[in-house]
Amino acid sequence: MKAFEYATPSTLDEATAQLASSWGETEVLAGGTDLVTALKQEITSPKRVVSLKNISALKGIKASANSVNVGAMTTLAELAADKAIKEHFPSLVTAVHNIGSQQIISVGTVGGDLCQRPRCWYFRNGYGILAKQGDASLVPDGDNRYHAIFGNDGPAKFVSASSLGPALIALGASIKVAGPKRKTRTVPAGEFFRAPKADNERETVLLPNEIVTDIQIPIRGLKNATYEVRHRFGLDWPYVAAAVAFQNKGGTVSDVRVVLGHVAPAPWASSGAAKALDGAKVDDVSAAKAGQAATQGAKPLSGNGYKVQMVRTAVKRAILAAAGAA
Amino acid sequence: MTDNNVTSGVSRRGFLKGLGVGTVATGLIPSVAPETEAAEQRPALRGPGEIPITLKINGQNRQLNVEPRVTLLDALRNRLDLTGAKKVCDRGTCGACTVMVDGQPVYSCSMLAVEAEGRMITTVEGLGTPTQMTAVQKAFVKHDAQQCGFCTPGFVMACTAFLSSHPNPTLEEARAGLGGNLCRCGTYAGIMEAVLEAAKKGGA
Ligand SMILES: Cc1cc2nc3c(=O)[nH]c(=O)nc-3n(C[C@@H](O)[C@@H](O)[C@H](O)COP(=O)(O)OP(=O)(O)OC[C@H]3O[C@@H](n4cnc5c(N)ncnc54)[C@H](O)[C@@H]3O)c2cc1C
Ligand code: FES
Ligand code: FES
Repeated sequence: MKAFEYATPSTLDEATAQLASSWGETEVLAGGTDLVTALKQEITSPKRVVSLKNISALKGIKASANSVNVGAMTTLAELAADKAIKEHFPSLVTAVHNIGSQQIISVGTVGGDLCQRPRCWYFRNGYGILAKQGDASLVPDGDNRYHAIFGNDGPAKFVSASSLGPALIALGASIKVAGPKRKTRTVPAGEFFRAPKADNERETVLLPNEIVTDIQIPIRGLKNATYEVRHRFGLDWPYVAAAVAFQNKGGTVSDVRVVLGHVAPAPWASSGAAKALDGAKVDDVSAAKAGQAATQGAKPLSGNGYKVQMVRTAVKRAILAAAGAA
Repeated sequence: MTDNNVTSGVSRRGFLKGLGVGTVATGLIPSVAPETEAAEQRPALRGPGEIPITLKINGQNRQLNVEPRVTLLDALRNRLDLTGAKKVCDRGTCGACTVMVDGQPVYSCSMLAVEAEGRMITTVEGLGTPTQMTAVQKAFVKHDAQQCGFCTPGFVMACTAFLSSHPNPTLEEARAGLGGNLCRCGTYAGIMEAVLEAAKKGGA
């Protein structure tokens, strides 16, 4: 790990002013469960680390009748234990519980979960976010068992690591961001993640001197659930995750969203699966049909074809769980 | 990052060099006026060299100098001679370095020492003593919940933290709740017996 300056601003204004306007010069530090390791691995060697720990505006969960607002520095454990979150958004609670390590969830934050860097082992071993040696990606001919099966025809082949991302997108959440000079903007969760096209780009639309401040989740009475397929519970990321949300009134389903995790460089919204379920009654058959539809367009690499079957199953089980039928 | 990462026509290396001698005024990183630092007791910008910090560990204030990049684990082991927390993976994937910070279980390898300033740190040295063990420690001995013992301090801390948030766990809950710790010797059966018994005997 390279040496760096350590900043502990107590306001967002100070914090954004302490961040550089190009990636890599400075890094934001929340719980550190991802960043401290990235610093050790010298995936990033910033000149300055800006800690958010003293910014009280970023902490806490506020629930109103229409929405729940979650501060970026809320820990994952606090999120999963919150009364309003438990009542309205079981998909988030499952996503947190599946992380499995009390040490990660009691320190890791919601903002950090969304902004964590990918686990792609080429990236983690110094080949950059596009896993390149020279001009070519190492992924297609390399060990790509954990890489993308969707959205992998561009230069990015890694998978988004965030467990909360898919569930927040399915729930129609928005992510609030603060930049220098008190500029703020609100980004729909579905537009927050993106596949980088160049080595100096990142996996979200955040600018280097922007900070995620809070996440607004509308309360719309959606049935929702997350289902993950994991190698082991604790100390690992899923192979595949599916988050679903839908209205289920009078036995028919509407307003369906199906979002997959760990299959693409960004959480992957499957409109095919959503369409397949829309207007149906939830049962084994309709859920399986949606699962099948979710696999449309998958382009597995040499070593990750197994993920296609996992997508089918995860979507089916998430739908059944959301409807309370599992 | 390489020198290709050009900002305002100034290469990264040039830019950083420039910062060192205080010449480049690109405004990318605002320089902090020295008066600000002097005015506050805890300046908002410290390092990259060693800085004095105070850590409250097992009820005692310990003063030390660390660079901001030093992890809590390295500060405990290498500076303060508290070697109970072990360094195994050094990247948040094994639990051997578990301590408690403000009562919460934490991988000390993944927290900077400077981040723990002002918080209450408990290490395994702060639990019981050989003659006055905590319920968890006693139960570990009784159920032979260790073989080589290298994961044990981390597991004892993890169990202690887990029981404070789950005073009456089922076996399933204990298994899931302790998923953040690994034992290479595979002593999980003994550990589960120990944590369930410690829960019956009043937890931590
Ligand atoms: C063994 C292990 C297993 C894990 N398993 C999972 C899993 O299954 N699912 C999962 O989702 N995660 C998993 N994680 C990742 C875990 O690090 C995140 O879930 C955690 O929430 C990150 O939060 P943090 O506060 O510690 O982030 P940090 O490490 O502090 O930051 C992570 C990144 O986000 C940026 N950042 C943090 N907060 C903000 C903000 N408010 N604004 C802008 N940028 C910000 C930082 O600059 C950094 O790049 C795992 C981690 C480990 C070590
Ligand atoms: S040494 Fe910290 S988790 Fe392994
Ligand atoms: S007793 Fe040897 S690693 Fe657990």
